Amino acid sequence: MNAKLEMLNTIQAVNMALDYAMGNDPNVIVLGEDVADREEGGVMGVTKGLSTKYGVSRVRSTPISEQAIIGAAIGAAIVGMRPVAEIMLMNFTTVAMDMIVNHAAKLRFMSGGQTHVPMVIRTMTGAGFSAGGQHSDFLEAWFAHTAGLKVVVPSSPAEAYGLMLSCIEDDDPCIFIENIASYWIPGPMPEKGVRIPLGKANVVRKGADVTVIGYSRQVHDIAAVAEKLAAENIAVEVIDLRTISPLDTETILNSVAKTRRAVIVHEAVKNFGVGAEISARINEGLFGQLLAPVGRVGSAFCPVPFSKPLETAFMPSQSDIEAAIRATLK
Amino acid sequence: MKEHDQPDRLVLVEMYRKMSLIKQNDERFRSVVKSGRLVMPYYSPRGQEVIPSAVSVQLTNDDYICTIYRGIHDMLAKGVPTKLLWAELAGRATGTCKGKGGPMHITHPASGVMVTTGVVGSSMPIANGLALAAQIRGEKRVTIAYFGDGASNIGAFHEALNMASVWKLPVIFVCQNNGYAEHTKYEYGTSAVSIAARAPGYSMPGVTVDGNDPVAMYKAAGTAIARARAGEGPTLLEAKTFRFQGHVFGDVDAYMDPAEKAAAIAKDPVPAYRAWLISNEHASEAEIDMIEKAIKQEIDEAVEFAMASPFPDVAELRRDVYAQEVEA
Repeated sequence: MNAKLEMLNTIQAVNMALDYAMGNDPNVIVLGEDVADREEGGVMGVTKGLSTKYGVSRVRSTPISEQAIIGAAIGAAIVGMRPVAEIMLMNFTTVAMDMIVNHAAKLRFMSGGQTHVPMVIRTMTGAGFSAGGQHSDFLEAWFAHTAGLKVVVPSSPAEAYGLMLSCIEDDDPCIFIENIASYWIPGPMPEKGVRIPLGKANVVRKGADVTVIGYSRQVHDIAAVAEKLAAENIAVEVIDLRTISPLDTETILNSVAKTRRAVIVHEAVKNFGVGAEISARINEGLFGQLLAPVGRVGSAFCPVPFSKPLETAFMPSQSDIEAAIRATLK
Repeated sequence: MKEHDQPDRLVLVEMYRKMSLIKQNDERFRSVVKSGRLVMPYYSPRGQEVIPSAVSVQLTNDDYICTIYRGIHDMLAKGVPTKLLWAELAGRATGTCKGKGGPMHITHPASGVMVTTGVVGSSMPIANGLALAAQIRGEKRVTIAYFGDGASNIGAFHEALNMASVWKLPVIFVCQNNGYAEHTKYEYGTSAVSIAARAPGYSMPGVTVDGNDPVAMYKAAGTAIARARAGEGPTLLEAKTFRFQGHVFGDVDAYMDPAEKAAAIAKDPVPAYRAWLISNEHASEAEIDMIEKAIKQEIDEAVEFAMASPFPDVAELRRDVYAQEVEA
């Protein structure tokens, strides 16, 4: 039997990763709003079945109290548990920023290494559902800007599985960002227990002409554009970062040293985004070797709009990506 | 609820030892900061010595505390070694946190001091997590979350009390109500008649106690600790006290009522308790003198140790950010 032919989606993959981790390690606990089965296993069903299997002591539905959720996860983590705390939507991390930024991120350093916070914050976000300004933001740059946090952005079901296992086992606090729009994109079944290391980007497609760097849902758009351009003999090398922090600068620079052209794509607004950091690193590492300025593609600098045509215009499209690639080839 | 037992003689004396340890350390911290030999923001707990002394005498090293920037007394009472504390305050490599935390961020797991936060109101949600771990693991540990009256106006307080009550966590929320939230007098910033009055909203016992009365404080804390250990859930314990110094050492405390302050200082709980111990023959004056002298010597040694210790290597910037070293 070829297990690779079996397909699943990211909701199932994250569920399988949590199940695997909880089965292996009694210190793994899950907490968040509505996560237990009595509350239907989370609004998207990501945690469905886990409380029935592992009990409501380890899979706890919480009050709507983001500071209390993250605080409880931090406290449990510093005494050796491995909590996976769900913040239902990424915008709601703002309510718990003190806990995330002042405490989870800094306790290892401020304690001189005596304590550390091996927790995962699972969250989901993404535009495209007419959810408007407070339910759709990508805020990964905020967290990547904070020393002490790790920021993880899976692009496929198998990657979500392997990266989640690594996050749970990691000794530092990880923010795991699931993209709602890609939840139902099917992908091959992961192999049971296979971890994908944090901090290692994935070269999705080889190409000699231009490097396009992206993550999360945009990897699918980049791959589609790369396929289209291949018909014109434009060879795009596609890099899926998988993690924003730590950032795999080596893979990026090796690729761009070869192609001498780069474009960075993300759903977060372009201004002050992850693209700016990557662009700066490419310039620092490869100044003089570049054949074109580094291109950046991101969302418009405005809150995520409600009205469909505005929301569509807000987000980076495949044609935006294509235009940015072509601009580097002029 | 069964009233907690009267403390025995040894406990009464140990409470005094902790109070004297805090008072003498505080006086030395202030004098060393004033002299310029130490540069740090310092939040004096002078006047609040009784509270953590009466609590900690009923805890073991296995019990956890989370405290706040005005928490040096909580740490000393819980057992953080004076030498290591002084070295940390001096920013030395030999300090509790290798000089990387400082006075507002002391951690010392060996004595159960798990988190010290510089953010008002943040000790409580994390204390819940420590208590949650103990509950899931079936351990008998309790967790104390110390905070001030101002912190009860932060959202985190309300979120934490609600969650602790729903989950019956073995945690005790000890509010050291010193009458001032930074520079703001209690009634100008807090709508509740007392902090304890907020407890019924979270279906937990709310107890107001004279935090300057060691025996009353001991009993109230003991009742809450016993309740938590028995798995009956959290208690909000409001210990009324007074802060003898301004908010941060060096502030001109013009916002404090001078008459109120003078009256509180006249009733200084540490010498009052000392006199009570002697007059009730719980301890002789000679015994107390010996305790005080030993503490003075301990502090002399701690100051010397701290000042003679090296500063951390600059390479420490790269360490403890993550499990692996980073570029910095």
